[in-house]
Amino acid sequence: MMQPINEVKVEFISKSSNESFARIVAAAFVSQLDPTVEELTDVKTAVSEAVTNAIIHGYENSSGYVRMQCKLYTDSVEIEIEDDGKGIEDIELARQPLYTSKPELERSGMGFTVMESFMDKVDVYSEPGKGTKVVMFKTFKSLSELK
Amino acid sequence: MHIKFSNRGTTLIIRINGELDHHTAEYVRQKIDSEILKSTTRNIVFDFSELSFMDSSGIGVIIGRYKNIRKLNGKAAVVNINDQIMRILNMSGILKIIPVYKSLDEAVSAVQE
Ligand SMILES: Nc1ncnc2c1ncn2[C@@H]1O[C@H](COP(=O)(O)OP(=O)(O)OP(=O)(O)O)[C@@H](O)[C@H]1O
Ligand SMILES: [Mg+2]
Repeated sequence: MMQPINEVKVEFISKSSNESFARIVAAAFVSQLDPTVEELTDVKTAVSEAVTNAIIHGYENSSGYVRMQCKLYTDSVEIEIEDDGKGIEDIELARQPLYTSKPELERSGMGFTVMESFMDKVDVYSEPGKGTKVVMFKTFKSLSELK
Repeated sequence: MHIKFSNRGTTLIIRINGELDHHTAEYVRQKIDSEILKSTTRNIVFDFSELSFMDSSGIGVIIGRYKNIRKLNGKAAVVNINDQIMRILNMSGILKIIPVYKSLDEAVSAVQE
C-alpha cells in the first residue's frame, strides 16, 4: 500500500461521551479530502459502531483506553479502532447480522453489519483476553471519479 | 439532545432532537418509557425530522419501545427519516414491523386504524 498523505492518532478512555468525540475527530480529519456530506456520515457511523463496541463489549463496565488511528490517502481513508478489553472468541459469529452477546442491554447485533455496509472493507483482529482491533477502509467515490 | 412529546388520540408522537447513539440512548429510553406510562398511549410514532445522527444503538431503542407498546396491543411507525437512518433501519429488518410513512398524518392514522 502507498504512503498515507496524513495521519492522526487519538487515545481516549472508555466513556460513552467519547463516542461523539471520536466521530467528530474522524469526520473533521477526513474533511481535508473534501468528500461528500454523505460519505462523511458513512465514516461517522462506522466509527461510532466500532468505538461503541470497544466501550460496551471490550471494556464492559471497567475503564480502559480506546485508540483510534486514521490514515488519509488521496481519495481514501483507513481507520483503526483498538481496545485492550476482553476480546472476541468467535469473530465469524460476532460479525453475523443480528448476533449480540448483550440482548439484555437492548443491543440489536447490527454494529458490524453497519460498518461493513458504510465502509468498503472491515477487518477484525481479536483474541480473548487481549483486546480487539477493527480496521476499516473506504474509498471516496466522489473523489476517485474526479481523476 | 432533547425529546418533544405530543399526543393525538391514543398515539404518542416522539420527536428526538439531536444524536441518538449509545451515550444518549439511556436518556431517550427513560424519557419515552415514563411518558408512555403517564399518558393514555397505545401507539407510538417516531418523528425523526430533527434527528441528526443515529447508529445501531437507535435500532435497540426503537425495538425496545415497540416491544413495550405491543404489550398494550399498540402499533409503531416512523416518519421523516433521512437516507443514512433509512439505510440502518432497512438493514435491521425492523421496517417490516415498524413501517415508514411519508407524513405524520399518514403515520398517525395508520397506527390508529
Ligand atoms: N470490541 C469488542 N470487544 C469484545 N467483543 C466485541 C467487540 N466488538 C464486538 N464484540 C462482540 O461482537 C458482537 C456483535 O457486535 P455488533 O456491534 O455487531 O452488535 P452489538 O454491539 O451486540 O449490537 P449493536 O451494535 O447493534 O448495538 C457483540 O455482541 C460482542 O459480543
Ligand atoms: Mg455494536
